[in-house]
Amino acid sequence: MNIATSKAPEVLLRGHNITRRWGGLVALNQVNVELTRGTVHAVIGTNGAGKSTLINILSGEFPPSDGRVELLGQDVTLWQQPRRARAGLGRSYQRNTIYPSFSVFENCRLAAQASQQKPWQWWQNAQSCQHSCGIAEGVVARSGLTGSRNISAGLLSHGQKRQLEIAMCLATQPQVLLLDEPLAGMGAEETDRMLAMLQELKTDHAILLVEHDMDAVFRIADCVTVMVNGSVIASDTPAAIRSNPQVQTAYLGDH
Amino acid sequence: MNESKSYFVVAVFAALALFPLVSGNYGVDFVTKIMVYAIFALSLELLVGATGLVCFGHAAFFGIGAYAAVLLSAESDPSNIAWLLPACVGTAAAYALVVGALSLRTKGVYFIMVTLAFAQMAYYVVHDTPLGGGTDGIYLTLKPVLGSLIDLDRAVTLYGFTLACLALVFGAMAVLNRSRFGRALAGIRVNEQRMRASGFSTYPYKLAAFTLSGGIAGLAGFLFAVKDGFVNPEMMSWHLSGAVLIMIILGGLGHLRGALIGAFAFALLQELFKSEAIFGAFAKHWHLGLGLSIIASVVLLPRGLVGLPGQIRARLLGGKNAAEVKA
Repeated sequence: MNIATSKAPEVLLRGHNITRRWGGLVALNQVNVELTRGTVHAVIGTNGAGKSTLINILSGEFPPSDGRVELLGQDVTLWQQPRRARAGLGRSYQRNTIYPSFSVFENCRLAAQASQQKPWQWWQNAQSCQHSCGIAEGVVARSGLTGSRNISAGLLSHGQKRQLEIAMCLATQPQVLLLDEPLAGMGAEETDRMLAMLQELKTDHAILLVEHDMDAVFRIADCVTVMVNGSVIASDTPAAIRSNPQVQTAYLGDH
Repeated sequence: MNESKSYFVVAVFAALALFPLVSGNYGVDFVTKIMVYAIFALSLELLVGATGLVCFGHAAFFGIGAYAAVLLSAESDPSNIAWLLPACVGTAAAYALVVGALSLRTKGVYFIMVTLAFAQMAYYVVHDTPLGGGTDGIYLTLKPVLGSLIDLDRAVTLYGFTLACLALVFGAMAVLNRSRFGRALAGIRVNEQRMRASGFSTYPYKLAAFTLSGGIAGLAGFLFAVKDGFVNPEMMSWHLSGAVLIMIILGGLGHLRGALIGAFAFALLQELFKSEAIFGAFAKHWHLGLGLSIIASVVLLPRGLVGLPGQIRARLLGGKNAAEVKA
């Protein structure tokens, strides 16, 4: 793995000193995080540690109280979520946020439409939009949902819904993926399939992974950040994190 | 839309086109009124059924279209439809743009209340100022014309003109719903959070739908004013906003046919319960009968009249095809 050292790592998303206060409560305290292309950066921590708040701020769901977010070298702190999404930032949610009444294909097609919206072409059938249909065909195949292409997304199994969620994310052709517990509620086989997919996506994306499944995290992550009560207590390679005494106390103390 | 549904819609429009041949003046006037309500209902369907925005002040746009038709008409000569109609639609759409720009910053029940508040403001402007002739309303003495081609003073001409407007609005909305714009509105209805995460700025979409909807409601208002030759503040009252909501719920939300069927069902139910021949002295309490029948239909037809054939099929075929019918 000396290829990466030959040139400087390409940082696609950077959170700089991000702080978020809700009234008197400090949900995030001076958090720094960097996502580089070709890596999976896992964020772990107990419930309420601020992992989801971090994802929400990075994706632009709400602004930070303090600090800065940079996407592809641009300061996007004041950008709304849709604009960040169009600039190459995709995210999935902890709870499924698919369109249950639409077909699997249409779920992906609609997401793909975001990059070429053309709402004024009101006479043209969306199904004949080559741009979005082409991308949708690709991501449906890539996420292994071809067999379920035409059924309502609401009828998919839980694992398939999680796959669809990622597929919809990919349909927006992002460079950065923020994934909020993509493995939650999955069986062993589904977990394996999802990890294989993430492994493949990692090659051309920067991925932030929030996950409770520690085995999975240590299998796939290149870098692990540990959060406790809104602060980062350690950020290092998986091996170093595993042997970090501070992390062990924080984890063993809380569990 | 599958084949049987297209046949249904074509049959309805064909029947409407042939209706004046077999009907007298009363029938023509009555069906004209229903078609105007159907256009009005379609405009609200675009918001409630397609975009998922429940507007409880839609009568304001209807009323503004109607008042504009009267106030913009010259008193000496009949006005030309070619500019009067776009002016009425434009006025209603302009008010909708303002109302939408402000009210779309709220969500859910707050949105419902804010749209109601804006409608009440419009209501009191025409009710309490000399502009709209107060509670008495104002008359439109000279009906608009289009050269010597169309004279809306003739009942049958107005009927045909209204039918053409209805068909145009229906067709345009059917096309629009399948377009990228329509799909984006549907996405906003089902899951706005996901739409934003995908990169859609949802506010301009909702505002465009709101403005368009207000404009179509204004078209309905224009036709209504021309039909009656008279406008009064009741055209902007919340009763009418409620009635048009009931029409689309009764017909079946999320279907253009629903708005069409709902407008007819509502008007016919109203006529039925008002009929002294059937209900005798009770006819003067027609609101009660209408209300009860609407409650019954909401309980028994959760998907509106549009869902009735599916419900019957599911009942006949038993449970095994229920999912298929639902899809």
